[in-house]
Amino acid sequence: MPFFTSRGCILSDPTHDLVCSDLMKDFDGFRAVDHVSFEVPKGSFFSILGPSGCGKTTLLRMIAGFQSPTTGDLLIKGKSMIGVPPNKRPVSMVFQHLALFPTMSIGDNVGFGLRQRGVARADIARRVDEVLDRVGLPGVSTRRIDQLSGGQKQRVAIARCMILEPDVLLLDEPLGALDLKLREHMKVELKSLQAAFDTTFVYITHDQSEALVMSDNIAVMNQGRFEQVGAPHEVYHNPQTAFVAGFVGDANKIDAKVSAVNGTRLTLTSSAGTEMKVEETGSSLMVGQAVQVFLRPEAIELSKSKDGIEDELNVSRCTVNAVLFNGSNSSVMVRDKAGSLFSVALPQTGSLADLREGDEVFTCWRPQKARCYPAPEV
Amino acid sequence: MKTTIATSLIVVTTLTAPIAHAETLRLLTWGGYAPEEVIAKFEAETGHTVEVTTSNNEEMIAKLRATNGGGFDLAQPSQDRITSAQEEFGIYKPIDMSRVHSELFIPSMLEATAANTTFEGEVYGLPHVWGTSGLVVNTAEAGAVQDYVDLCDASVAGKVSYRLKRPTLIGFAYSMGLDPFAAYNDTGKYQDILNQVEAKLTECKPNVKAYWGGGDEIKNLLRSGEVVASMAWDTGGWQLNADNPDITFVAPKSGALGWIDTFVLPARGRADDAAYDWINFVMRPDIAAMITNTAGNFTAAVDGDAGVSADLKARYQGSFDQTAIDNIKWYPPVPAGLEALEGATLDRINAAN
Amino acid sequence: MRSDASKLGFYLLLAPIVLWLLVLIILPHVGLFIVSISEKIGPRIYETGFGNYATFFGEPLYWRTFARTAIMSILATALTLILGFPIAYYIAKLTRGRTKTTLFLMCMIPFWVSELVRTFGWMILLRETGVISTTLQIIGVISGPIELLYNDAAIMVGLVYTSILFMVVPLVTTLDSLDDSLIEAGYDLGGTTTSILREIVIPHAMPGIVSGCIVVFMLSLGNYLTPILLGGKDSLWFTGMIYNQFITRFNWELGSALGFLLLALSSAIVFLGLKLSKQSLSNTMGRA
Repeated sequence: MPFFTSRGCILSDPTHDLVCSDLMKDFDGFRAVDHVSFEVPKGSFFSILGPSGCGKTTLLRMIAGFQSPTTGDLLIKGKSMIGVPPNKRPVSMVFQHLALFPTMSIGDNVGFGLRQRGVARADIARRVDEVLDRVGLPGVSTRRIDQLSGGQKQRVAIARCMILEPDVLLLDEPLGALDLKLREHMKVELKSLQAAFDTTFVYITHDQSEALVMSDNIAVMNQGRFEQVGAPHEVYHNPQTAFVAGFVGDANKIDAKVSAVNGTRLTLTSSAGTEMKVEETGSSLMVGQAVQVFLRPEAIELSKSKDGIEDELNVSRCTVNAVLFNGSNSSVMVRDKAGSLFSVALPQTGSLADLREGDEVFTCWRPQKARCYPAPEV
Repeated sequence: MKTTIATSLIVVTTLTAPIAHAETLRLLTWGGYAPEEVIAKFEAETGHTVEVTTSNNEEMIAKLRATNGGGFDLAQPSQDRITSAQEEFGIYKPIDMSRVHSELFIPSMLEATAANTTFEGEVYGLPHVWGTSGLVVNTAEAGAVQDYVDLCDASVAGKVSYRLKRPTLIGFAYSMGLDPFAAYNDTGKYQDILNQVEAKLTECKPNVKAYWGGGDEIKNLLRSGEVVASMAWDTGGWQLNADNPDITFVAPKSGALGWIDTFVLPARGRADDAAYDWINFVMRPDIAAMITNTAGNFTAAVDGDAGVSADLKARYQGSFDQTAIDNIKWYPPVPAGLEALEGATLDRINAAN
Repeated sequence: MRSDASKLGFYLLLAPIVLWLLVLIILPHVGLFIVSISEKIGPRIYETGFGNYATFFGEPLYWRTFARTAIMSILATALTLILGFPIAYYIAKLTRGRTKTTLFLMCMIPFWVSELVRTFGWMILLRETGVISTTLQIIGVISGPIELLYNDAAIMVGLVYTSILFMVVPLVTTLDSLDDSLIEAGYDLGGTTTSILREIVIPHAMPGIVSGCIVVFMLSLGNYLTPILLGGKDSLWFTGMIYNQFITRFNWELGSALGFLLLALSSAIVFLGLKLSKQSLSNTMGRA
């Protein structure tokens, strides 16, 4: 196993609770997880973000021990977990639908793990009360599961895992079943629980906002591979691949061709015929190559006249197609002369609050704001 | 179309035959007593149709009791079970002798049955088929079994069988030198006999492989060799003899038990005409021989044995010489209430360990 | 007006079940009860009284046979549960799609032939000159023929075989509804196979277990053919005793009393079982 020696520094590194190296999982004629390697530092909140079917659940189940990798290694606190059954691993998992035991009281649910370890009955009762206290549910241990609200169940599920003081807590989209309001609330709460317990969380989700809000680090996963691993702002602002740019946050996607290269400055022609300038450092794009341009709605500025706009910027005259009012997230759909639709964030200043459908506006954006990737070969 | 034809046929027959109108005869009988060919012949000659239900003594009485004597037009219980059932449940109606062709019956049997089935001055039964029960023995392996008590011999331990029914009690009583039929009307004396038989059968229990319930069951056990000696009906032994010459019916030394199955009319039977027609039809010598050939037992019909197969006659003669025939113990009518005593005895034997 | 019409509809829909209960369940039992409280004094003379019930308690044979029947039925139920649970677990949790249907059908195959034929099948297998005895002799395990029929073990085999489907079906239904993630959560929290079975699977399957056990117990207790045909000379069965009273002894009065006692005592045992397992009948029958 050559990478053991080459990565020996990581194996002995006590600051990483979870290390996956070159993990791979094949099912019949289908690769669910494809050469995935990552490290999760101790006490951090790590999210794996990806669309359904990207392999993130398989990855999580391999960490939990319900599936074994075809090749690769998986280390928790420096110890290889290959061949270790799930009930012997120092990890706990919060299941998608929580998997609370409906035949037991809340106290018995939370105390389940300690009972398996043969802890004395009085000790279990004390520690159950303690952990329920910490998740903000004091005195509920005799109640039944169905007497709790969705958010409370969530906390019980976390308490049931945390009582075992696992090295890593795995969370499998636990907020999916909650309504929007509660989900927003639980995001904040999960983050603060993680901070309070100071345990490493590995969280999988398809909801980018959950990942962005809670995580220290996000891995964006697609078709079994990690496209990018990084801090939320990095993933959001500097997506390294077209997939990340399109999946994380909203973006206008423009298909174009490179018509000129001048150092870092590219001149592109969209498929509809509009010219635009894009600043791209370190790219190897060549004239004539097909590209995809991603432009965030908030990167585009709106104005009613062309006055005072620098030449540097990409400017085009558009008509308002629709105003989508959504409080602070309001946006405007505009159509340029070539007929392409763009989503543009509505500024909070209120200067354009009177915008109506059919109005004429100018859009402009800085070449540095767009991201440009070679178009995938079809 | 079919129904129209059927309907018109019914209309025609009812119009053209107003005197001897066709009926459906619901016959409650034993297996083999109403062969298909006999029914076909009867239906062709008389226009009646026959529906057969096969059963045994106890179930016949239970069925008729459940309906107070309805549901069937003619039944065939053994002669000893008629008066007690009539006394207790009133499920039969008297025979109208003027409608029976009595010249077809062997006179001595007709008289004996009439005497045995008379209740409150009325005759309820006519004899039909008779036979005996005794021992069926595999002579090659259990030649020593000559009487009922020999079934308890150590030489045949674990390889004998009998029923846990009243014939077993009576057979054992005779072979123990007792006379149960003579004690029929003396409950105290009869109970005394039962107690002795109970002791014997309880002691004999380890010798028994299994108590058999149905005729096919005991035939299977004997044929496979799992059982080498058993109490059983004569016909069963003769049937097995046809397959394996070693196995045959043996009339016990103390006497085979003789039974006569009869014709009785259920109290609420509806097709009396058909019932009398059936009785007079099956007692004809040619028909009686057909029944003997299928059922394996002889009938009370005059000259009924003329058409019987030579094989069956030979087997009969092999089992019964004149002394054995003279020694047959014919079941007298069972007094009401006696069966309760026997039942309790049988229960105790069954439960004994 | 509308409520009147819907009420009428309600009663019309209710009518068949009420009629069914009345005609086929209640009336026969009332009749049976009336017969059971008439004591026979002489031919066609009867008196009302509880003498027949007194006979049951006075005659050790009857209540011993009942106790024996009940104990054997409980044993058969327990065996059926022990055998049926893994089968049901396998069908419900470890198979999918067509395999599942096939296995389920295989459990039902014995029920495509009549009980009599099934029992004769066992007789052919178990008898002294039967398939098992012969095979064992051929392969040299035993030197002479052995008799496997006519004993209590043969009855047990027959009863379990006859009733296993009635255990498997409710168990599969309840186990099907057990979310796999609950079992995984159990493992994840450090549970072993036994502790998960004890703390998660069995509590969840309890309604199915109880309803299966009730059905199997009642079927075994009320079975007539299997104990009579497979049992030996000492193998008394309570239903056989009732049959004897009705058919061979013509003692309908005692037979009815025994029938009623069977109903009462078996209900009492089921009630006790429900109390012990802390289940309610409605919960059990509703969920399974």
